[in-house]
Amino acid sequence: MKLEYITIDNCQVLLEGEKNILDLCRKAHIELPTFCYHSEISVYGACRMCMVEVEGRGLVPACSTPPAAGMVVRTNTKQVRDLRRMIVELMLANHEENCTTCPKSGDCRLRKIAIQLGVEKVRFHKVNAPATVDDSSTAILRDPAKCVLCGDCVRVCKEIQSVGVLDFANRGAEAQVVACFNQKLGEVECVNCGQCVKVCPVGALTPKSHINQVWSAIHDPEKTVVVQIAPAVRVALGEYFGYEPGVTTTGQIVTALRMMGFDKVYDTSFAADFTVIEEGNEFLKRYQEKKNLPQFTSCCPAWVKFAEQYYPDMLDNLSSCRSPQQMFGSLCKDQLTKMMDIPREKLVVVSIMPCTAKKFEAQRPEFAQDNNPDVDYVLTTHELSLMIKEQGIAFSHLDPGSFDMPFGFKTGAAVIFGASGGVSEAVLRYAASALGVKGTVDVNRLRGQEGVKITEVTLGDITLRLAVVSGLANARRLLDAVRSGQEHYDLIEVMACCGGCINGGGQPINEEANVRPDRAKGLYDNDKMMQFHSSEENPYLNKMYDEEISHEIAHKLLHTTYNNRRRIDHEELSLITSEPDQKLLEISICFGTSCFLRGAQELYTQLMGYIHENGLESKTDFKATFCSERCKRGPVVTINGQVLEHCTLTDAVTVIRSIIG
Amino acid sequence: MAAVQQSKFDRVCAILDKYDKNPNKLIPILQDIQEEYTYLPEDIMTFVATALGISSANIYGVATFYAHFTLEPKGKYIIKVCDGTACHVKKSDGILAALEKELGLSKSKKTSDDLLFTLETVACLGACGLAPAVVINDKVHGLMTPESTIALINEIKEAEAK
Repeated sequence: MKLEYITIDNCQVLLEGEKNILDLCRKAHIELPTFCYHSEISVYGACRMCMVEVEGRGLVPACSTPPAAGMVVRTNTKQVRDLRRMIVELMLANHEENCTTCPKSGDCRLRKIAIQLGVEKVRFHKVNAPATVDDSSTAILRDPAKCVLCGDCVRVCKEIQSVGVLDFANRGAEAQVVACFNQKLGEVECVNCGQCVKVCPVGALTPKSHINQVWSAIHDPEKTVVVQIAPAVRVALGEYFGYEPGVTTTGQIVTALRMMGFDKVYDTSFAADFTVIEEGNEFLKRYQEKKNLPQFTSCCPAWVKFAEQYYPDMLDNLSSCRSPQQMFGSLCKDQLTKMMDIPREKLVVVSIMPCTAKKFEAQRPEFAQDNNPDVDYVLTTHELSLMIKEQGIAFSHLDPGSFDMPFGFKTGAAVIFGASGGVSEAVLRYAASALGVKGTVDVNRLRGQEGVKITEVTLGDITLRLAVVSGLANARRLLDAVRSGQEHYDLIEVMACCGGCINGGGQPINEEANVRPDRAKGLYDNDKMMQFHSSEENPYLNKMYDEEISHEIAHKLLHTTYNNRRRIDHEELSLITSEPDQKLLEISICFGTSCFLRGAQELYTQLMGYIHENGLESKTDFKATFCSERCKRGPVVTINGQVLEHCTLTDAVTVIRSIIG
Repeated sequence: MAAVQQSKFDRVCAILDKYDKNPNKLIPILQDIQEEYTYLPEDIMTFVATALGISSANIYGVATFYAHFTLEPKGKYIIKVCDGTACHVKKSDGILAALEKELGLSKSKKTSDDLLFTLETVACLGACGLAPAVVINDKVHGLMTPESTIALINEIKEAEAK
């Protein structure tokens, strides 16, 4: 086959199926500035920063122009240079520049590009209108005054996660990125995964910081402060301090946390071993009883909220196990308080997570006792790096330290949780041992960066069908196939972020390289270095099961329940209003997704027909609601406070007759 | 009033069925709904999003992009004052100011509290020969002055008061 080339800045570059000039420039070691190009989401071509000159065609956007053999491209002509600088100036004129106090400062692409292009002065006067910061979400802070309208968050939420919380509203100079009806992020269907935070080139979307609360707790002499570190943090934090992606810095992290003043430094993986045992037993039981299969994993809080919103009919299939973070929290507040002999409210549990959704999870009411949460504060990997830098610790020079016992001891099975496929692999290792299977189980197909991994694994005389998905859009496609009966699985692992927690919304942002395979390798290498590789081998865990944690206590501390969850707060619609003083009936019908699919619209028509036929309009308040949070039992109709699940016209009419006599 | 709300909601259900709940038909669906309600109510938009299987933010984006759609209830009489070049030089701004004063409206408040009038400006009606032009609902009134416009408004008010 004849090789084809294009010329970029006087260099010959071989065409190897690249879809656009921008990727070819990267291959030629030229980093074009861009705000809106991400290889994993659709090409948008909005920011115009990557404009290049093509001989015979003039200026074209490199991200959305396919290369052709013989093309002559120049990336830095006078015209290109003037254009790029002017775009940056226009953006800066419409951007709230408080860089020194902006949480994104260190990672801000606008700031980086302005410096890179040598923009020294903004010729245009400031036009940004004052905007209020939206701090309604427990996980993500939104500051519209910083937004540059690149649309990255809109596309990642829609295309990768299939949630679509944010979209453009209005147009021209009025254009903004907002949630539906300008509602706050905490009131809508956001699952808090933080992928928008990762792609936002400026400080318009940032994780909600818990740094000050954590320092206050550490500096409070009354409080004992313990900290847990999630697996994915140890292979990524180093990137903030000059290490290559995937390099494990567990030892330095432990030392740094002790220097910062944490009383005990523990490992979330210790709790992850409990997760494996509990989830493994749950799975084997369900498999034997052929009940509630496929079993879904429940470690990822963004996935759990997604399931509660969109797949309420499948909530019984979710594992009832709490996530490792929450198992750790409840074990600390219940067991550690006894070991240390301190009251619950004096123990502060901090967790360091690669994730923004963990902030939301920690504040779920089911994970608190008397308003005291099991996990008090959640820091992202990024926040930990800021705290280390704030204290002035020269991280790379630290001598490594080791975790405190017993909550610092784990097996390799619990460390690989941070990579997509890791939870399944850990559960399979345990299941193999519980079923007495000899030899190793082939789990290689569970590893890797594909969004959907489907495989069959043989354990002795049973064959399990497994699916491992990451990215919620992938999950939605798979779940729809399961719901419709097209696909059958025994176990499905879902992680909201592509590649798993290693690519979480709280992880370091690394624009230059695809760091996911490196970080995943780091975790699998950690597993190799452990003495034990299967959770049931953890001696400290076994000791706790033998001595302190009975079956009942395990159920209380390590399991949870899920709730159907409406996507958007406070929406209802009044359809009939009774005459004053004549009200006899108060009827509401749910039009949420699940009830809608179960025939709410037809039921509504029949019920309204009944009201009219019997001349009850003047005596009735009739409302439509948009989720009564009983989705598994829809369609749901409420009549004078009486809730009718799986409601039919006959059911409703019986109740109405009993009321009107 | 109640029966009106219900028949409108029934119409929304019928509109969704007419377009097979196809998300690609979002714009005609919104147009039909706006015809029914004179605006796009938030709760109805949430219902449409559920029925079409798309996010509410997506619908909000479309509804705010086109000037044709409005998320606020509109008055029974929609007054459009043309502010195109021809009307502008013929002092359309005087007409607008007089209407704002008469109806207690402003740039940020476009509909009167009694939901009788909505005041809007348009860039050009294509009736430049009649400049300055004012359209009330679908009727074009040409060669207007502030005084003759207010007189028209008073006529409507009187008719409505009966």
